[in-house]
Amino acid sequence: MVIPALAFFAVFALIPLAGVLVLSFMSWDGLGTPTWAGVDNWLRTLTSPETGNAAWLSFVVMVASWLIQAPISLLLGVFTAGHQRYRAVLAVLYFLPLVFSAAAVAIAFKSLLDPNFGLGSALGIDALAQNWLGDPQLALGVVLFVIAWSFIPFHTLLYQAGVKQIPASLYEAAMIDGASVWTRFWSITIPQLRYTIVTSSTLMLVGSLTYFDLIYVLTAGGPGNATRILPLDMYLVGFRSFDMGRASVIAVILVVVGLTLSLVLNRMSGANRMESQMEGA
Amino acid sequence: MIRSRRRLALGTALLATAALTLSACGTSGPGESAAGEASAWATTGSVHEQIWKTSFENWNSEHPDAEISVEWFNNDAYKEKIRTAIGAGTGPSLVFGWGGGTLADYVDQGKVVDLTGKVSNLVDRVLPSVVKNGMIGDKLYAVPNSQSQPVVLYYNTELFDEVGVDVPKTWNELLSAVDAFVDAGVTPFALAGASKWPELMWIQYLTDRIGGSEVFDAVLAGEEDAWSDPAIIEALEKIQELVDRGAFGDGFGSVVADTRADAALLHTGKAAMLLQGSWLYSSFLTDAPDFVERGGLATTSFPTIEGGAGDPANIVGNPANYWSVSADASEDVQDTVTSYLDEMVFSDDYTTQLIEGGGVPPVAGLEEELAKSDNADFLTFAYDLVKNAPHFQLSWDQALRPSQAQELLTNLDLVFLKKSTPQQFVDAMNGTL
Repeated sequence: MVIPALAFFAVFALIPLAGVLVLSFMSWDGLGTPTWAGVDNWLRTLTSPETGNAAWLSFVVMVASWLIQAPISLLLGVFTAGHQRYRAVLAVLYFLPLVFSAAAVAIAFKSLLDPNFGLGSALGIDALAQNWLGDPQLALGVVLFVIAWSFIPFHTLLYQAGVKQIPASLYEAAMIDGASVWTRFWSITIPQLRYTIVTSSTLMLVGSLTYFDLIYVLTAGGPGNATRILPLDMYLVGFRSFDMGRASVIAVILVVVGLTLSLVLNRMSGANRMESQMEGA
Repeated sequence: MIRSRRRLALGTALLATAALTLSACGTSGPGESAAGEASAWATTGSVHEQIWKTSFENWNSEHPDAEISVEWFNNDAYKEKIRTAIGAGTGPSLVFGWGGGTLADYVDQGKVVDLTGKVSNLVDRVLPSVVKNGMIGDKLYAVPNSQSQPVVLYYNTELFDEVGVDVPKTWNELLSAVDAFVDAGVTPFALAGASKWPELMWIQYLTDRIGGSEVFDAVLAGEEDAWSDPAIIEALEKIQELVDRGAFGDGFGSVVADTRADAALLHTGKAAMLLQGSWLYSSFLTDAPDFVERGGLATTSFPTIEGGAGDPANIVGNPANYWSVSADASEDVQDTVTSYLDEMVFSDDYTTQLIEGGGVPPVAGLEEELAKSDNADFLTFAYDLVKNAPHFQLSWDQALRPSQAQELLTNLDLVFLKKSTPQQFVDAMNGTL
């Protein structure tokens, strides 16, 4: 029963991965026959200022995405799990971005943010008619905003489900003891959401290593190289410069960093010993 | 029970994945028949789509035993797919291309066949300067199949009248026009900086006017420190001077060429001039017919530069798009597609259809036919520009090998954004030689 699964995993994941590793030691322009290059690709990639810049930007995007998305998703999740009357309507609105494709989101934002024909000039609001995606200082911030806009709904959903799993009896007991809303949030909600926080954070951090479609359509790495994060760098080196060897090096780095990150997060948080927290429920 | 259900779910997921993967393989199907029957891959979205379609249909109805099947691709998707397809030997028998560095790569790897002497009827029909771009050394590997696309200076006559500026013929006149428009609150030049490649047109014309076509020939030849030529540095300094004067406005980094936002800036009266390819003329006809009809749109050539070494009649752009014949195709198929090229491409019907679509065919002796056409003024202007040009420089991003071209686009963008100095640009580019 396991063999077909293993076979598929080998054919579509392990073998290509090994191929990329081999290719990272070869020189290939996509046209001729790959030739052995030794560690040349690795040296060129690791010393390239462009890839260094891309690695730094990836790091910034990863950390900033988490700092922006985690608190907002947590609060929205707690809010949408409540019992307010208009909650359902708001929840539907919050979740809308979840059903849009990344390319469509990027195209829409690109048009809305256009300083000449976008929202700002249509409404006549000068503050909105900034050179959002054309100014190297602003572009990364705009990209972070659009990423947050697209992904917060998903993480909100995770937190909403997590909050709904918390037994009401815990809150009831706390209320009898006279705990304030604030104390209940810190002492019951947050600890009970521990594993949700780990799962959501892992998805955010590792996921941010693979952001590609959104940024590619939004800025294609520009202006200059202000938003050229590693996955974009890999794509441009591979399929625009046709330097498959160096692109493979970047791919290997991404795989290793992504795997290490999720393993470390799992270890640190004890999520590998995950068990139900719903004692008594 | 739980375990077997999980396995079932896993099995279903895998089946679904397999089905998706297999169907994905299916889309690359037609290419696999490259050795068997004649095929062509062409790009969509230009005036040529219909012309090529008609020409293949005509060929197929006249030669039912030697039909050519055509696959259509979006421009960018095509550029990525064709290279790996040719590398893997699954490409089409007729390969669409731009000449330049990519063609040189194909020739190096023996992927396209030598057409010298095999398509003499076609070569006789076409302008020699355009044929030359399909040659590597003294052999012909690619033949033109599309309009000539020189880069021209479009301008909005209404804004020129309103602000009271004359159309600039020299660089100094251009600078004073820029200042006059900035004072009047009009962006002097629309520039699609978000797409990066329109920025090439500026450095190409400036380098050519200042130092002549030899400057870039040295880069192409891979001569050491070829980018350090004083003409290139001066061109970059002039670009940054324009940026400083506000010649491109504040928001050029947000303007996208694919959506023709640069053309829209011109015909909506937000920008006065636009340096862009001649292919944009037909877009103006469809996007802003009123503007063109009331005489709002006019074209001129790039200004001269006082004391510059280059011939002011030189032009830059794309001499044409090209067909090459795949070396992986069987002899029969090679013969079929070669006869197609020789007979059908730029036949009288083909050329007429192109003129009607607003394109400039790189074909000799068309003066009368162009003068009678709907867009006589523009077509005659562009045709004379191509015919009289001593040198027609292919776009640098096409002329260079892909790896250098990408570095060029990024580094030039940094110069326009004032994130790099001319010297930093030169150092970075010398590193790619």
